[in-house]
Amino acid sequence: MKQTKQLFAVFTLMALGLGSAHADYTLNLMKGVTQLSNDVYDLHMLALWICVVIGILVFGAMFYSIYFHRKSVGHKAEQFHENTTVEIIWTIIPTLILVGMAIPATKTMLEMDDLKESEMSIKVTGWQWKWEYEYLDNDIHFFSSLDEASNKARQIDSGIDPRDVPHYLLNVDKPLVVPINTKIRFLFTAADVIHSWWVPDLGWKKDTIPGFVTEAWTSIEKAGTYRGQCAELCGKDHGFMPIVVIAKEKEDYEAWVSEQKGIAVAEAGAAEKDWSSDELIAKGETVYANNCASCHMDDGAGLSGTFPAITKSSIVTGDIDTQTSLLMEGKGMMPAFGQMLSAVDFAAVSTFIRNGLGNSVGDVIQPSAIKALQSDITLEEDDDDE
Amino acid sequence: MSAVTVEDHDHHDHGPAKGLLRWIVTTNHKDIGTLYLLFALLMFFVGGSMALIIRAELFEPGMQFVDPQFFNSMTTMHALVMVFGAVMPAFVGLANWMIPMMIGAPDMALPRMNNMSFWMLVAGVLLLASTLFMEGGAPASGWTLYPPLVLQTGNALPFAIFSVHLLGMSSIMGAINVIATIFNMRAPKMTLMKMPLFVWTWLITGFLLIAIMPVFAGAVTMLLTDRFFDTSFFDAAGGGDPVLYQHIFWFFGHPEVYVMILPTFGVASTIIPIFARKPLFGYASMVYATAAIAFLSFIVWAHHMFLVGMPMAGELYFMYATMLIAIPTGVKIFNWTATMWKGAMTFETPMLFSIAFVVLFTMGGFTGLMMALAPVDFQYHDTYFIVAHFHYTLVPASVFILMAAGYFWLPKWTGNMYDERLAKLHFWLSAISVNILFFPQHFLGLAGMPRRIPDYAVQFADWNMISSIGAFIYGPSQLIFVYIVYKTIKGGTGEKVTGEVWEGAKEQSLEWTLPSPAPYHTFSTPPEEIPTMSTSR
Ligand code: HEM
Ligand SMILES: [Cu+2]
Ligand SMILES: [Cu+2]
Repeated sequence: MKQTKQLFAVFTLMALGLGSAHADYTLNLMKGVTQLSNDVYDLHMLALWICVVIGILVFGAMFYSIYFHRKSVGHKAEQFHENTTVEIIWTIIPTLILVGMAIPATKTMLEMDDLKESEMSIKVTGWQWKWEYEYLDNDIHFFSSLDEASNKARQIDSGIDPRDVPHYLLNVDKPLVVPINTKIRFLFTAADVIHSWWVPDLGWKKDTIPGFVTEAWTSIEKAGTYRGQCAELCGKDHGFMPIVVIAKEKEDYEAWVSEQKGIAVAEAGAAEKDWSSDELIAKGETVYANNCASCHMDDGAGLSGTFPAITKSSIVTGDIDTQTSLLMEGKGMMPAFGQMLSAVDFAAVSTFIRNGLGNSVGDVIQPSAIKALQSDITLEEDDDDE
Repeated sequence: MSAVTVEDHDHHDHGPAKGLLRWIVTTNHKDIGTLYLLFALLMFFVGGSMALIIRAELFEPGMQFVDPQFFNSMTTMHALVMVFGAVMPAFVGLANWMIPMMIGAPDMALPRMNNMSFWMLVAGVLLLASTLFMEGGAPASGWTLYPPLVLQTGNALPFAIFSVHLLGMSSIMGAINVIATIFNMRAPKMTLMKMPLFVWTWLITGFLLIAIMPVFAGAVTMLLTDRFFDTSFFDAAGGGDPVLYQHIFWFFGHPEVYVMILPTFGVASTIIPIFARKPLFGYASMVYATAAIAFLSFIVWAHHMFLVGMPMAGELYFMYATMLIAIPTGVKIFNWTATMWKGAMTFETPMLFSIAFVVLFTMGGFTGLMMALAPVDFQYHDTYFIVAHFHYTLVPASVFILMAAGYFWLPKWTGNMYDERLAKLHFWLSAISVNILFFPQHFLGLAGMPRRIPDYAVQFADWNMISSIGAFIYGPSQLIFVYIVYKTIKGGTGEKVTGEVWEGAKEQSLEWTLPSPAPYHTFSTPPEEIPTMSTSR
């Protein structure tokens, strides 16, 4: 099968006179790195070959007829029509072929649905336009969005050739890390609109729907880096919310987990200390580029009619509490950043927009103040639950 | 013998009114047919220009021309304009022109409503187009208008929704008219099983339209109230469900794709026997297969939603039901092949487009069958593989057959012959470029490129470039068609065509018993005899 596939690829490329194809590129579906993805691939090949064979037969008959049954070669038209036997045959045979395809398809379908005995769970939340990952078994929690290099290069007239950017549009700032040979259950939901979480090498994608939870599972057999992206149209930057999954050997994964815990402690420390205005503004600039610029634009000019400008905005140049609560809670298409950003990032970007992008209010908000607000919100939410 | 009565037997003026007013107030089925067809052709170019904007942006990785929000508006508007502005109206235009002539009727049953449904279509499309200039831009949520995303549309949302209402009403009126005409105005000898297949397929399409357009109207009205009147049909926070919208939409949407393909089948079944000089192989089984497809189209909708997390029983049911569609579809394809078999074929342009239709539509059917397998659709869904699938079933199928129909009936409509050499050029350019345009999209989808994205990873660059090149050949080469139509109306090759136009056509269908061009009013008295070569005898 593999050989046929390669031959096919080579012929097609030669026919089109293309000297080089990209190394990581396939013409066909990828086999992927899980049992499920292999089953899906086999099913795909089965269906493909059935179609190829039927195609050869039907088109063969048609072209034979087109060649030999032409008026110009003097063929006289016969006047037969309606033949019950023939009509029964060409109804029964396709039916049998369909049954032959339905059986393995049903098996794979049932297998995909079997979430029993999963060893760990990850909750994935789709946001416009980033992914949030929560490891339900050990408090790891982070957001993952398009990496900076791609983000710069993808701006209109950026002057950067995407070919020079490693993994253009398929790279993130913080990848999802998982252990191999472990049955992982994914729980999907969304914060704003519907997204779809897709890593082709895992063999499936799943819609993430606000207010609902969908599930799927995987067990990756080979360590490596697997890339995918959001597959359901989710607004302006739908094309710019990739997914990167790094599958590690179990020990390496454990090491990564303890490293993450260390980082969390350090972050908590950073939120306690007093930051200078310059430190906050410098940090805020990157936070802005990664989280805000896609709508409010790099220079804070916004997009007239859809996204308001930051520069000279009455909220940004006005009372800081109004600005903070807007950022915390969101409004319309503006996401609620309260839980999305760390206290440090939140304080930094708040300070940055008041003192950059053509504004100069001159005040500063400290991470510790944000931290207090964030825990208030969490408390309120807990109250709601009761 | 003449079945045509042009003589004055009452006081009505038998020629058309003069000047521009003729086209505004006309109730004549031929005039209205012409209006529909010309409007559809215009919209084909409007929608096509949007597609070229999309393909220009996708020519190379990186963002070059448009911002992502506008790109999304383009994919949305392209689809809406093509579906509701081009393909559907074009078939209504053909129905207007041909159904009365094919069943031996003087006109459509409800001529004033006919006029109204055309102008409502124009109003609907203009309203839709106006959203491009509104604050916040045109709808950008895909033609499927899924909430919650669609609720983020700017000022355009209520206008787009009202436009859908207008288009829906226009379609329903068109459908009622077709059904009323077919049931009430057939020549005495034209029993149901003697109707040409084009008439049959439109009859069934008419019922589909009446069943589904109100459903779509309901769905978008719920969007309207969700956005403006605080309901929460589709908002989980208020106890609603965004997936509910998808169920309603696809209950409309899947039959809708058959609204665009069933009349296509009908035209192909009309053209192929004539150029094969043979009866259609299985008339009755074609009628039954059409009915079967129409029935199945109502019970397979959730194959567009395999990923929303339906219960297993649902997934399996929709998988099996969808696979069943392959059977009647196969019957059709085998029938066309058997009709060509041992014929005496000639390859005038209508036949060339029809053969290309059979082959390329079959490819769309193959990918459809593959996608019906739910677990594999988990990979295919929302990728360029889907884009390739439905474009194969729409462009080299519906659109090719519309072109075929144009060449096939133009001599009847105008009395002039089109330029066969130019038409063949149009065919070959279209047939080759459409494959350069859409075939590589199968590879892109399988390799992992999602649909509806304005920019892509560099490993997708080669095929996207090839696809765009195909688009830039396909699009402009359609201008040849416009030129040919214009020349034909103006006198064509100068050769005056007979009533029959195509050898033996008189044996196949009634319109060829009329003179060419067909007089403004035809069959004021029903024809005595009807041709039955390709129907049941
Ligand atoms: C053998 C017959 C066919 C089968 C089995 C079939 C099956 C399917 C399936 C399973 C999908 C959903 C795939 C996905 O989104 O993951 C689909 C999508 C689609 N099909 Fe077909 N199909 C068939 C024929 C047609 C025809 C005749 C047309 C139109 C003339 C058509 C137009 C479409 C369109 C427009 C979509 C995509 C809609 C969207 O997501 O925007 N199909 N088809
Ligand atoms: Cu998304
Ligand atoms: Cu469908």
